[in-house]
Amino acid sequence: MKKHILIIVIIIGLVSCSSDDGNQPIPDILISVTNSQNWDSENVTASDLGTTEFTDENGEILIIERLRYLISKVILTNSYGDEIEIGNYKLVDLTDNNTLNYATNIVVPPGTYTGISFVYGFNEEDNMDQVYLDLNTASWNWPEMLGGGYHFMQLDGTFTSPTNQSPLPFNYHNGTARISEGVFEQNFIRVNVDGLSIDSNTNIDIKMNLAEWFKNPKTWDLNVLNTGLMGNYDAQREMNENGQSVFSVYLGD
Amino acid sequence: MRCFLIILLTSFLMSCSSSDDTIEYQAIPKDLEIPQLFSNLLLPPTIPSDNPQTIEGVTLGRKLFYEPLLSGDGTQACANCHLSENSFTDSDRFSTGITGAIGTRNAMPLYNMAWNFEENFLWDGGAKSLEEQVSDPIENVIEMNNTWPNVVATLQSTSIYPELFTQAFGSSTITKELVTKAIAQFERTIISGNSRFDQYLLGDQNTVTVSEIRGFNIFMDEERGDCFHCHGSNSNPIWTDNIFHNNGLDSSFADLGLGGITGDPLDNGKFKSPSLRNLAFTAPYMHDGRFETLDEVINHYSEGLVYSETIDPLMKNIAEGGAQLTEVDKADLKAFLLSLSDPGFTINPDFQNPN
Ligand code: HEC
Ligand code: HEC
Repeated sequence: MKKHILIIVIIIGLVSCSSDDGNQPIPDILISVTNSQNWDSENVTASDLGTTEFTDENGEILIIERLRYLISKVILTNSYGDEIEIGNYKLVDLTDNNTLNYATNIVVPPGTYTGISFVYGFNEEDNMDQVYLDLNTASWNWPEMLGGGYHFMQLDGTFTSPTNQSPLPFNYHNGTARISEGVFEQNFIRVNVDGLSIDSNTNIDIKMNLAEWFKNPKTWDLNVLNTGLMGNYDAQREMNENGQSVFSVYLGD
Repeated sequence: MRCFLIILLTSFLMSCSSSDDTIEYQAIPKDLEIPQLFSNLLLPPTIPSDNPQTIEGVTLGRKLFYEPLLSGDGTQACANCHLSENSFTDSDRFSTGITGAIGTRNAMPLYNMAWNFEENFLWDGGAKSLEEQVSDPIENVIEMNNTWPNVVATLQSTSIYPELFTQAFGSSTITKELVTKAIAQFERTIISGNSRFDQYLLGDQNTVTVSEIRGFNIFMDEERGDCFHCHGSNSNPIWTDNIFHNNGLDSSFADLGLGGITGDPLDNGKFKSPSLRNLAFTAPYMHDGRFETLDEVINHYSEGLVYSETIDPLMKNIAEGGAQLTEVDKADLKAFLLSLSDPGFTINPDFQNPN
């Protein structure tokens, strides 16, 4: 269904380009996507890995070693309610520029859109075990015993706290939550941003504020929750709750 | 996705054949034999566009791999340190070169290298392609201790090689580039994908034991083994991420590993995660061959981890030395690891000495 809409959009795009009836056609807009990261007011880039200290809400000092996360189903909705899928899924890796900034092959007519939405992780329908060859190749799978499918995020690093000066590891890994053996709960986050206007060369910047993972509503205590969190149901749900305020979307050139 | 690739490939092939006006010699193309499990789960292997696999190229590469004339005094072939019965490594801690000098790193087993998608070869990533890697042992004074002009002149003066190069590349003039291409083609055919655990993953429930399955679950359990974040899994049956990590062997580094290549102190002590296939044939283990047995390796992860600044954050519980596995867990984990070994691979006639 969605693919049909897309094809129609592309065809309209082509038609509007080639038709030359005197009126200057308004050129369609080629969409590009940026996945950027920050820690509150500071930008976070690959050069921060292993070096920059960030202070979390609870007062621990963190150093990030590795950050990968999955964004899927980026969808623009126009004023007729039509959905235009901008991207199927993207495994974002802070060390891989091709995943931080990329051009799509999607062209859309300029104008006002009612909203943009995306999924952090995979929704239930998409989170199928082993089906994405590139994600398997990237060792991105979530163990079958925890519900299978794929990781949503892998945030690894070390932290120190006022009570513990020697660095300890943390593995903030998020994915399907396991309630009990064989019983699982979906854990993805759908993010909706309303009302946006696309005029020229539009870039969609999906920003992740890493500080929020540790802040809101739950003040994360790394001294208690640091490693071995994948099978910890409560931790997985709290990640989901904190994740609700992590993302924002900006349009730019 | 696959359709798309096929289209890409087809258009690539078409553009190749249509652009040649002169009739150029073409060796016979030969696709890699990709194990079912790999094609089910993984991206297609990487083959450089300027070195396609051909029957004649692989035949020549195999002959060169077993050719002692590549070494300075005509005594040592690649295969002297990369023996098929050892999954193409040797059983020594450090290998001995032609002058009797001994290296400082454990020889690496060779297989499934076309699935090393980032193409970082050697323990420290010092070679960026299989073609490039060939120069490393040939020019290394403590290995084959030769020079390229000498290699090329020696091969050129034989009665057989000019003809074999003609068959493979359409030119009897031997060059460094063609030698490395042929060897790399042969190396890409060295594929291992038929262990008992592979058969199990393909649906044959009878090939593995209860203990091996328990071991696999430990491997996949973040709170016990947690090996899968670096060493692949049932979903990534290469059984390595081919990425560099410090897995907690030392508090300071005699060998800087990746750091020696990048010059970045944050990379010190990081080495490429090895695949866990064929461990039954590849002892001793680690970049310096420090562990003679798998028990020692498992004990390392269970209670032997040592802190250093670049230790991977996936290495946990370091104050206690690691995962603290029970004796039963250790035995199961070891049984599982050994189920990834493929005895048929070591005697595959396609990989044996043709000379
Ligand atoms: C004297 C023993 C010796 C000889 C001879 C030798 N190698 Fe090696 N090989 C090694 C050692 C040791 C390593 C690991 C070296 C390192 O990481 O610095 C290695 C690593 C490799 C690797 C990297 C594998 C990977 O997965 O990254 C390849 C490929 C390889 N050798 C191919 C060859 C070829 C081809 C030849 C012949 C031209 C050859 N070797 C000759 C000892 C040897
Ligand atoms: C953080 C990533 C990481 C994790 C997690 C990890 N390893 Fe490793 N493993 C490595 C690296 C890197 C090496 C090579 C280190 C070296 O030689 O300096 C290695 C080496 C090995 C080797 C030696 C193989 C050879 O050919 O020499 C074995 C066996 C092994 N690991 C098994 C395991 C098991 C079992 C687990 C889980 C208990 C595990 N590893 C967890 C990264 C990891």
